[in-house]
Amino acid sequence: MASMASSAQAVLASPAITENPPQIDYWLLSPMLVVFGAAVVGVLIEAFVPAARRRTIQLGLALASVAAAFVLTVLVAGSLPAGEAGAGIAFGSVAVDRVSLFIQGTVLVLGFISLLLIAENRRGESAFAAQAAAVPGSEEEREHVLAGSQHTEVYPLVLFALLGMQLFPASGDFLTMFIALEVMSLPLYLLCGLARRRRLFSQEAAVKYFLLGAFSSAFFLFGIAMVYGYAGSVSFAEVARAIEEGGGPLFADGGGQPLLLLGIGLVGVGLLFKVGAVPFHNWKPDVYQGAPTPITALMASCTLVAAFGALLRVFYVPFGPSAADWAPMLWVVAVLTMVLAAVIAVTQRDIKRLLAYSSVVHAGFVLTAVIAASPEGLAGAMFYLAAYGFTTIGAFAVVTLVRTHENGPEANELSQWAGLGRTSPLLAGSLALFLLAFAGIPLTSGFIGKFAVFQAAMAAGATPLVVVGVLSSAVTAFFYVRIIVLMFFAEPSEGGPTVVRAGAFTGSAIAVGVAATFLLGVFPSPVLDNLIPQPGQPQDESLLATSEGGAR
Amino acid sequence: MTDFPWLTLAIALPALGSAAVALLPRERAETAKRAALGVTAATLVLVAAMAAQFAPSGDRLQFTEVYPWIPRFGVNYAVGVDGIALVLILMSAVLVPLVVLAAWRENDDAPDGGKGYFALILALEAMMIGVFAATDVFLFYVFFEAMLIPVYFMIGRYGRGEQRRAAAVKFLLYSLLGGLLMLVAVIGVYVYGGTFLWSELVGGQGALAELDPMTARWLFLGFFVAFAIKAPMWPVHTWLPTAAGASRPGTAVLLVGVLDKVGTYGMLRYCLEMFPGAATWFVWPVVVLSLVSIVYGAVLAVVQSDMMRLIAYTSVSHFGFITLGVFVMTSQGQSGAALYMVNHGFATGALFLVVGFLIARQGSSAIADYRGVQSKAPVLAGVFLVSGLAGLALPGLSPFVSEFLVFIGTYAFHPVPAVIASVGVVLAALYILWMYQRTMTGPLPEGLARLRDLSRRETLAVAPLVALLVVFGVYPQPLLDVINPAVEATMQSVGATDPAPQIDAAEVSSGHGAEGEEGGGH
Repeated sequence: MASMASSAQAVLASPAITENPPQIDYWLLSPMLVVFGAAVVGVLIEAFVPAARRRTIQLGLALASVAAAFVLTVLVAGSLPAGEAGAGIAFGSVAVDRVSLFIQGTVLVLGFISLLLIAENRRGESAFAAQAAAVPGSEEEREHVLAGSQHTEVYPLVLFALLGMQLFPASGDFLTMFIALEVMSLPLYLLCGLARRRRLFSQEAAVKYFLLGAFSSAFFLFGIAMVYGYAGSVSFAEVARAIEEGGGPLFADGGGQPLLLLGIGLVGVGLLFKVGAVPFHNWKPDVYQGAPTPITALMASCTLVAAFGALLRVFYVPFGPSAADWAPMLWVVAVLTMVLAAVIAVTQRDIKRLLAYSSVVHAGFVLTAVIAASPEGLAGAMFYLAAYGFTTIGAFAVVTLVRTHENGPEANELSQWAGLGRTSPLLAGSLALFLLAFAGIPLTSGFIGKFAVFQAAMAAGATPLVVVGVLSSAVTAFFYVRIIVLMFFAEPSEGGPTVVRAGAFTGSAIAVGVAATFLLGVFPSPVLDNLIPQPGQPQDESLLATSEGGAR
Repeated sequence: MTDFPWLTLAIALPALGSAAVALLPRERAETAKRAALGVTAATLVLVAAMAAQFAPSGDRLQFTEVYPWIPRFGVNYAVGVDGIALVLILMSAVLVPLVVLAAWRENDDAPDGGKGYFALILALEAMMIGVFAATDVFLFYVFFEAMLIPVYFMIGRYGRGEQRRAAAVKFLLYSLLGGLLMLVAVIGVYVYGGTFLWSELVGGQGALAELDPMTARWLFLGFFVAFAIKAPMWPVHTWLPTAAGASRPGTAVLLVGVLDKVGTYGMLRYCLEMFPGAATWFVWPVVVLSLVSIVYGAVLAVVQSDMMRLIAYTSVSHFGFITLGVFVMTSQGQSGAALYMVNHGFATGALFLVVGFLIARQGSSAIADYRGVQSKAPVLAGVFLVSGLAGLALPGLSPFVSEFLVFIGTYAFHPVPAVIASVGVVLAALYILWMYQRTMTGPLPEGLARLRDLSRRETLAVAPLVALLVVFGVYPQPLLDVINPAVEATMQSVGATDPAPQIDAAEVSSGHGAEGEEGGGH
């Protein structure tokens, strides 16, 4: 008993924070600090700037800070010495390495495009409720609509979410990761409930998302506790070392395996919930459908990228040494995800729900690369995420433009899209390109991405998984193609959809999506060769920074 | 040999033409057609000039270009042709301008005046040349899959009848499924071989030479299933009659005449040479499937009531002959198969075009809607007869030579398949002549009294094909001279030798009987 207590004390005492104030390299953190600062200033603007001028200032601030953060990310990446992965900061609680910088850069670019969609104002109407606190359908709501009220809090909220997404994949220990998870999620819960039209629906989505999200956070936290119990530390490097040695200080004689497995499973549940893998995907269709479409675009691209960044880090760094333990779990999840989501997607009649299920299937494809547990897998997943992010943002941008009638709500019912290719060929053509990319047709980014992840999985011996993956691709192709058929081969129906003119913001979002989908499909080499890790590098030391020190 | 980038130009020219045609404004549809015809004609000239410089006795692959494309995955933009690829490219380049000419008025009522259709044809031509020219497996796959998209739109958007949407989707999904299985095999080739360059993969010293036989068989199957769907081979042929029935005749010419050849070409070039061991192991199953295709396609062709579908089923039968020739592993069989691919393109192309002219007149492709056409439109009927006779491989017309070679090759391999295959020839006479009799002969009904004979444009579109059928029927040597060295090289890398003709009959049958047991037992 006494020995138990003393060893527990030793465990608790080990990080001596007070004695050595950490040397924090603010340069490496600068991209996150810029976004954080802008978000805080955004809150102040809400308090002190007159309502009429808020939108312009908030939007300018948000766009400028995200752009600046992206530039800083690029500069930081350039300043990392060659041959070194990067550095852990503040006792290794934040890991700035090439992988996290790539994910952060991707999140920032996609976030910038999402901000453009969020900012789109059509005749003074944005996609967001005039006054979220007003009861839907009430007199108060009408007054606010007539007065043209706007929620400019949206911008700082998005910035906070982006901050969480930057930190989430760059966490160096489990507690930082949990905080990042919450910083990322809380603003999103709120943003989901702010749709201008079908407000009850939107609020329902927000509540669902919040409840299920809180539930998964609890799983995650509980898993962290288990892992801490096993390893005696929440630091990724320490956990990895404990696994390699067969147990932390408390389990020096072995016997900690159940605790570790429980921990891996529970942490896995939390992360798999965020990426929306089956069976933790139930929130996705409802939330994607109910949320304002620009926010859906933000979640479908940035959140997915960030969540996978975190998932990759957790499974490659702290749990890397026990890959044999978690691989079977991820096999099952990946197969379920690819098969079930593809089959369910076939039955969908709503474009946003369909894209939600499609995003679930794509999460399954990325999981095949995670299972590879190799640098190729890491690189394949990173490329896939970037490629998918651009394409999906473009697709949701198109969704925002197709309305039931001028000034009407979005026409999300698929049957309403009949004949779109005849009435607005350019828009339908862009969406067709995005859908072909989702289906993985060559000369689009989706194909190169699929090739990259499947190649990694197959090289790691997961051939059955690849076969399931291509069969599921064939099923997904069915519903993507059905949309193309509907748009191009069907006659426009009576009272068919009205395509509102794309504003400069939405237009550029679609244009960037088209350009990225095409360029990454035809000339992927600049990204593949320079931005993501090359094959042949040892995985742990030189790819993902685990401990403090390093760069400077 | 020069360093002039012939093949890249031949791919780029129609691709750029396609973009130019697509960008023309709607009102200039007539200009678009002329531009399309001009570009396809220029491509034909370019390809012909290239073919003139091909040295049959020279290197296996000529006009090669290799540039790194995606170095990370070892992917190169690598093109080059051997004799077989060269004649197939030539055939495509000949067919496309004729299709453009034949389709001149077909889509005038489309909202865009048919401009989009011609842009798609040009895009397809670029990919067709690319798929035959690719010498990098990844690049081949890219063209193989990307080709589906233009054809999909050509059927779904510009096709005929109510069924066209369903037919387009069926075509696309069938092909995608095959293509995705092939993707697994393509990745497998890279994982096990470490390169995508065809020239480094094949042969005794090639990267795949040491492949474990079981893996090789799975990879072979991945490629083979995709090619069998494309070819199309029984039992994965069901998309073709639907697709052909819902296509404009011009689309059908390119679909059956060229696209499906990618399947048989792929078998010869990729299945056989990359996985010789597995290919030898699969000889008997494939021969059996080919025989089923030959007989099944022919029987179903006999009972069709729609000419487009009938021709599609005859093609299933003919593709059975081609795969039979490829897999009997004799040089006559493979030469015959390669030659058959070209001749079938011309013969079936001519048949589809003539049916297209009938459709343009009466708006129907049902056999029952025609009778006695010959008396009113003798030239049309004559062309129909000649191309039909070519389809049944009448001596003096080019398909005869290739079918004969396939038979010789098959007989040398084993007499029984040759005998079964001959059923297909008998049935071919039945379905062609019966169709001719029902539509062209007899008294002319009232409804057809205003039928016109071929116009100048239509004659111009179909005459070259008829001429080629006759010329290569009498003198196939130029084609064989180009094809044979490539076939010999293929035989060499498969490790197959022609059975010597003078062997005791009993010994041959017992030897092959043992092989048959081995092949069929698994």
